[in-house]
Amino acid sequence: MEDRPVSDKLSTSVQWEPIIVAFFCNWCTYTAADLAGVARMGYDPNVRVIRVMCSGRVDPQFVLDAFAHGADGVLIGGCHPGDCHYVEGNYKTLRRYHLLRRLLRDLGIEEQRLRLEWIAASEGEKVSKTINEMVEQVRALGPLRLSRRFKEWDAELASLEAEAQSEEVVAHV
Amino acid sequence: MSEQRNGHVRIGVYICHCGANIADTVDVKAVAEYAATLPGVVISREYKYMCSDPGQELIQKDIEEHAINRVVVAACSPTLHENTFRGAAERAGLNPFFVQMVNIREHDSWVHSDREAATVKAKDLVRAAVMRVYFHKPLEKRRVPIHPEVLVVGGGIAGIHAALTVANSGKRVYLVEREPTIGGHMAQYDKTFPTLDCAACILTPKMSAVRAHPNITLWTYSEVVSVDGSVGDYKVVVKRKPRYVHEDLCVGCLQCIETCVYKDSKFDDEFNLGLSKRKPIYIPFAQATPKVVVIDPDACIQLKTGKCKKSCMEACVERGAIDFAQKETYEEIHVGSIIIATGFQTFDPRRMPQYGYGKYPNVYNTLEVERLVNASGPTSGQVITRDGRVPKSVGIVLCVGSRDENTNRWCSRVCCMTSLKLAHLIKEHTGAEVYIFYIDMRAAGKGYEEFYQRVLNEGVHFIRGRVAEITDWALDPSEAGKLVARVEDTNTGFVRRIPLDMVVLAVGLEPQPDAHEVQRMFGISCSLDGFFLEKHPKLAPAPTYTDGIFIAGLCHGPKDIPDTVMQAGYAAAEAIALADTGFFELEPNTAYVVEEECSGCKTCVPLCPYQAVTFNEEKQKAFINEVLCKGCGTCVAACPSGSIKQNLFEDEEIYSEIEGVLAYA
Amino acid sequence: MSDKPKIAFYWCASCGGCEESIVDLAEDILEVAQAVDIVFWPVAMDFKRKDVEAMPDGAILATLVNGSIRTSEQEEMAHLLRRKSQILIAYGSCAHTGGVPSLANQFTREEILRYVYEEAPSVVNENRVRPQPRHGHNGTAVTLPEFRGLVRSLDQVVEVDYYLPGCPPTPKLLKQAVLTLLSGNLPPKGTVLAPDTAQCDQCPRKETKPVDLKITEFKRPHWTQIDPEKCFLAQGIICMGPATRSGCEAQCIRGNMPCTGCFGPTTRVRDQGAKILSALASSVNAREPEDIEKIMDGIVDPVGTFYRYSLAKSLLRAKVTR
Ligand SMILES: Cc1cc2nc3c(=O)[nH]c(=O)nc-3n(C[C@H](O)[C@H](O)[C@H](O)COP(=O)(O)OP(=O)(O)OC[C@H]3O[C@@H](n4cnc5c(N)ncnc54)[C@H](O)[C@@H]3O)c2cc1C
Ligand code: SF4
Ligand code: SF4
Ligand code: SF4
Ligand code: SF4
Ligand code: FES
Repeated sequence: MEDRPVSDKLSTSVQWEPIIVAFFCNWCTYTAADLAGVARMGYDPNVRVIRVMCSGRVDPQFVLDAFAHGADGVLIGGCHPGDCHYVEGNYKTLRRYHLLRRLLRDLGIEEQRLRLEWIAASEGEKVSKTINEMVEQVRALGPLRLSRRFKEWDAELASLEAEAQSEEVVAHV
Repeated sequence: MSEQRNGHVRIGVYICHCGANIADTVDVKAVAEYAATLPGVVISREYKYMCSDPGQELIQKDIEEHAINRVVVAACSPTLHENTFRGAAERAGLNPFFVQMVNIREHDSWVHSDREAATVKAKDLVRAAVMRVYFHKPLEKRRVPIHPEVLVVGGGIAGIHAALTVANSGKRVYLVEREPTIGGHMAQYDKTFPTLDCAACILTPKMSAVRAHPNITLWTYSEVVSVDGSVGDYKVVVKRKPRYVHEDLCVGCLQCIETCVYKDSKFDDEFNLGLSKRKPIYIPFAQATPKVVVIDPDACIQLKTGKCKKSCMEACVERGAIDFAQKETYEEIHVGSIIIATGFQTFDPRRMPQYGYGKYPNVYNTLEVERLVNASGPTSGQVITRDGRVPKSVGIVLCVGSRDENTNRWCSRVCCMTSLKLAHLIKEHTGAEVYIFYIDMRAAGKGYEEFYQRVLNEGVHFIRGRVAEITDWALDPSEAGKLVARVEDTNTGFVRRIPLDMVVLAVGLEPQPDAHEVQRMFGISCSLDGFFLEKHPKLAPAPTYTDGIFIAGLCHGPKDIPDTVMQAGYAAAEAIALADTGFFELEPNTAYVVEEECSGCKTCVPLCPYQAVTFNEEKQKAFINEVLCKGCGTCVAACPSGSIKQNLFEDEEIYSEIEGVLAYA
Repeated sequence: MSDKPKIAFYWCASCGGCEESIVDLAEDILEVAQAVDIVFWPVAMDFKRKDVEAMPDGAILATLVNGSIRTSEQEEMAHLLRRKSQILIAYGSCAHTGGVPSLANQFTREEILRYVYEEAPSVVNENRVRPQPRHGHNGTAVTLPEFRGLVRSLDQVVEVDYYLPGCPPTPKLLKQAVLTLLSGNLPPKGTVLAPDTAQCDQCPRKETKPVDLKITEFKRPHWTQIDPEKCFLAQGIICMGPATRSGCEAQCIRGNMPCTGCFGPTTRVRDQGAKILSALASSVNAREPEDIEKIMDGIVDPVGTFYRYSLAKSLLRAKVTR
């Protein structure tokens, strides 16, 4: 989908606002988010929810990919331990989360940017509380926006490519 | 890329106003215009109510006339209307799985107030869906057959009614009750509000009908210990505890009880809440169903020491029903659906020490008084205090363990009416002055307000205020030897002290103490208050999020008997409908191993909770049985070489959603 | 020169092992050498950059570039060779996925230069002199290639047609690749010229891998008596095999060392490290956060372990520094 518009007025919002990608499991957290909606429990509009059937579907690659595409934070929401609709999926998520957090720390991504939260279908309030809290924390950390960083890196190359095209002779030692 | 796989992609995008629900907060026109600029999108519309017939026809028409082959509907939650729009696509000849929904109501317009931010969010989400739907593949729904048998757990009025309804439709029902008899709480009452008809008179016939029904297998003194499988085929194991009496041999003559070596009843009678005693061999109450005695292993000398005369056995020598060697047994059954009707427990007022329950013998809870006013109860219907007096003044304290930040926040719904009923009955039995201490009187229900008026006219005193404390500390001679309720009468503004002979605490209703274990075993959810969670608070108050499992009665939340019966009938109707349809359509979101890609690393094999993944030793590859797979995607996320795919949740689909929501980051 | 197809070899940021592996073709190299004209190979033959520059664009049938890209000079060479070659092949882990050098992406350029020129224990450099990209001397300007902020794989700099994975690739794969090229029967662009299943598929220890790993401890190979027959993971030693493309003939494993992942991920995977992480964590036998943490403590350096050869091509590409 190369012909996707790269920018329009959305991208030129003057003030940086954190964007959080949330992976919510269908049975608990997604439903809780629906409930938050039904009960009009407002929260910050900075979150984008992606529905998966179980938090166990959340491949660590998805988390990294979200960061790579510019997310400032990633939230994973699943059923409470013991309550997973698929019995144990959330335990696998928990283990991956613990290791992933270590990896991210070593790669310079602050701990607060990845959050795993158990939110039961009835806990609409917790959805709004968690999101608000996380938005606030991530806002305090400032932008991550790796997508922009990657663009800069590409720009570094572009300058050279241009130089290489112009047949400037460089002396080598 | 996907162009090759799926043919030329033509996406139609539909933004719903949902009346004002979405359109007030999200600039739907701007979203539709924006969507039109996205690659692959050939039609982008906004419409007042997409889920209405004309809304759906819009989609159908575009499929037929404009060769739309992907549909994105931005509206409410997919949990509500995904099937609606899939149906529309299907009717127009498009595979229903080419439809993707975007939740811009519950997740957007209803939770945000900033119109600009909500509109940006809607665009992001729509873009993600457009990018995702690109990768969608045509899929077939899977059908699973439904075992017609139904399991009902809990034999209170809810379980009884549900079991009878299902059985009357000609289907086999297993009714599992953990106590030695069915009947639940209702069996303990003398009269039921608001009509004051005798509880036993209306309940007993239903209990007998259960016992006699050819389609009902009744297992009392039994518990479900494991549940496997899913809608259509649940494999359930039921533990049948030994009652040391053969149910099929006992005729309920009760001679064994008579001849027990214990001449006097010495053990607390659970049914009467300890207000009377029973023997080690007993029957919970006269109408117990099945009418079969049971031996309490903690009380019986033979079972405790093996050294009893066993006079009970002698009494039953002819029928030989008593068997001290009885062991617990396990029954395995297969059922298509399950109705859970496990009821409630009453609030333990010891948690509010200011009311002196457990400290002052003449402080009772409503359940105990239900037994006191009962003609077949421990006092044969005489209301007398624990010290043997007929009370001259009785105070009933409402909302004990309800509507209270410190204990339970919810209204238990039946205590107001129960208190009116008991006030009436106490007055009728004793002529005492009765005081009702209330916060609000809640009498919403057919005939309830009328009943309230009736009790008002009978001269019961209503004092509006939360009782601060019950004390035996007399401040003047009129209070000597009595209990005193200290309360601020908020109608007059005075703090009053009311001397009382008897205090009744109208205790609230709570989830069963093992509600969480039951919830987990059956794979359903609990609400915040701990009662079982329904699928939808208005439109699906008996189904749960787990297909084929329904809830009925008090286990779902406080309600009176009429509401309990209605919900039980509703749950039964759902179970019958399911069985009659004969099949259930499952989401095709199963996982599969791409055999030539699999390295046979075995990572995935132990991860599946349903043993759907096995290792084929011959091929040295993993294999997923799609019949067993329920589509959680856990193995997919774990496969280190990316060799497992999940329908509807393929890596590419999720990656494009991620990219979509972040396109401007 | 003859009409034989022209082949070139070049190296960027690499250890030289890949060059060695070409020589490792042994007598087969003669076969290859007979079939082609090697027009550029700085390690072994005396051709100069200007010789390449003099060639018409597309004159070389195939160039095999090993090593990752760190300096401006390497970038220039990559561009130049790209232009002159019909087919550009990323040869070896470094060119393919960044390789070991891309682990340097965990540090900033400043940190690296400071350490190398000032802090390393073997360095004496009181004046803290550092090489400068441009230096005036006797009226002439001498330049050094610029040291980029980031280590890149070859395809992050120029378009790559094929990849030969491995640290280094095996002679067998190289020979196969060259024969494929000469046959003219080319696979689709972007193909990694090795099997697309993971290592376990060809591992001699596969049979000993249990169905349920239930990892209770991660052990470090150098602190462990390694059973030479048994699957490493079954011994609690991290093996990258499950997340690593096969084709190496399990050399490390046959040498009683676990797979460290040099062949990179399969085509279905975007991030090798995340995938092995997911698989290993899923197999850990603990449910409580404290127990999980205790087991994870055994993975001393997750980045170095999971991305030993692929940090540049990982989704995050580098450590975030600010
Ligand atoms: C003091 C009091 C007075 C009331 N008076 C009235 C009235 O006059 N009129 C009116 O309309 N309503 C009245 N109610 C409300 C009424 O009691 C309930 O609406 C009704 O009992 C609910 O029935 P149920 O079957 O859902 O629950 P229950 O009556 O609690 O029955 C649940 C059954 O499930 C069994 N069970 C529980 N867990 C398991 C398990 N794990 N496995 C197997 N079996 C299990 C229990 O042993 C029990 O038999 C009163 C309530 C109280 C507290
Ligand atoms: S998706 Fe879930 S249910 Fe299906 S095979 Fe994988 S682990 Fe089992
Ligand atoms: S995890 Fe993947 S590669 Fe390993 S056995 Fe399962 S399907 Fe095959
Ligand atoms: S995990 Fe490693 S040692 Fe075990 S079978 Fe796979 S490649 Fe071989
Ligand atoms: S075993 Fe692993 S690390 Fe060793 S050469 Fe093969 S792929 Fe590379
Ligand atoms: S279904 Fe919610 S975490 Fe598994």
